[in-house]
Amino acid sequence: MKEKIVIEALTKAFYQKEKIHTAVEDITVSIRDGEFVCLVGPSGCGKTTLLRIIAGLIKESSGSYNIQREKKESPLQSMVFQEQGVIPWLTVRENVAFGLKMRGLDKRIVKERTDRFLEKVGLTAYARQYPKELSGGMKQRVSIARAFANDPEILLMDEPFGALDEQNKFILQEELLHIWAETKKTVLFITHSIDEALLLADRVLLMSAGPGSIVRDITVDIERPRTMEKVRADPRAAELFVEIWNHLQEEVQKGRKGNSS
Amino acid sequence: MSESKAIQLEKQEWRRQRRQERWKQLLTIASPIFLLLVWEFLSRTGLVDARFFPPPTAIIGTFLSMAASGELFSHIGISLFRIIAGFLLGVIPAISLGLLMGLYSPLRHFFSPLIMALMPIPTLALLPIILIVFGVGETSKVVTIAGSVFFPVIINTVAGVVNIDRIYLDVARNYGASSKDFFLKIALPGSLPVMMEGVQMGQAIALLTIVAAEMMGANAGIGYLIWTSYKAFLLKEMFVGLMLISLFGYLFSLLLKGIQAKVVPWK
Repeated sequence: MKEKIVIEALTKAFYQKEKIHTAVEDITVSIRDGEFVCLVGPSGCGKTTLLRIIAGLIKESSGSYNIQREKKESPLQSMVFQEQGVIPWLTVRENVAFGLKMRGLDKRIVKERTDRFLEKVGLTAYARQYPKELSGGMKQRVSIARAFANDPEILLMDEPFGALDEQNKFILQEELLHIWAETKKTVLFITHSIDEALLLADRVLLMSAGPGSIVRDITVDIERPRTMEKVRADPRAAELFVEIWNHLQEEVQKGRKGNSS
Repeated sequence: MSESKAIQLEKQEWRRQRRQERWKQLLTIASPIFLLLVWEFLSRTGLVDARFFPPPTAIIGTFLSMAASGELFSHIGISLFRIIAGFLLGVIPAISLGLLMGLYSPLRHFFSPLIMALMPIPTLALLPIILIVFGVGETSKVVTIAGSVFFPVIINTVAGVVNIDRIYLDVARNYGASSKDFFLKIALPGSLPVMMEGVQMGQAIALLTIVAAEMMGANAGIGYLIWTSYKAFLLKEMFVGLMLISLFGYLFSLLLKGIQAKVVPWK
């Protein structure tokens, strides 16, 4: 399959008051079209920084990235933010339609796509309500619908389920897999949960902290469609879990030593 | 069929809470009535001088006869016009400039010191200059009110925009919002709750200002009514003016609360 996202020697450093902090250093990786990739690493390893660069929210210090464009009218990327990313003064429907409206699309197309994705995430009945009336899980459904409705070339997700309780997390993860399987989008997904990564991803990129770089590239060869139970029962998943866990533990230990010295 | 003990207990508890709620509502209605009754009593019994504090019933009588002669409505009309016109003339530029200042930090840095320096000057102290520039006509009163409403509204609008959670700006940027969209879809609605508090404050200041401005340089209006009645020692007429101001303040507050609930349905 052809390459969709190509990241080359990407580095981001923050400079403030004579101090320089390198958040991500020399990241080179390419992601194929339709791939679901999870970035896993200890907190503070620069995974959010990497995502924000690709989202166009901050500028890289050096290096480059490129997102392959296929459809001229599609936006390059759309992001699913952490829990508070749903705009409180817009109704559920207006939130889902947000990207489409910003692009000035025809009203009929906006309505048709908004309806379709409201339906997909099961929020049709809540379309006219404000986010304050929704639970955390429902808010994240709004966020996911907003990103998919925008029909971008790639999707970026920044720990979208991090603030949810276990049950809601499982339900939303499987829903996300359903929608993803239908649309076959390329997804770059940040998480610190190994279980989440093994359930969702085709590939797991392991990051190390200080400065953040990609140290391992693990292919998750568990057959799809996946469900929570299937992945839990799969011996291959158990192996991968241990492999990732060992690496993360090492990284956390290194981080501790680095701090104390 | 008998209810369980637990349910009975909960029912009692619920009734007790209901009674408490009603009692609080009663207190809210009772306090102004109580004050008026005490006043009436003190004035009627001569415990306070009825020439300076005429009993409320007498004031209401004066109010009715002034209303019947039509004199009252011309004062009310002219004051209302000044308040509303001045209010709009102050609020609209304050919101527009406030949003711009909130969104664009160079503008904020440029205008902030000017606002900080001008805000402490009471608009009433500027009345002589306003009269020189705008003459003794309606414009000068409207400008005076506009000037005093402007500051609380602009300060709250800027604060409202600055305090919008950054993540909503990121969302707007990520989804390709234009500058116009940032202004109308993010800054304006996001700052509304704090902005409306400034508008409430501005409304109260507008009332304070109109009375004082009409006392100093006008030949009609509620402030003028209060001042001339006082000078002619018509204290009942003066109290009618005072009560009208109090009533207006109350009604405007209610109106703005209603508007707030309409424009900020998401809070």
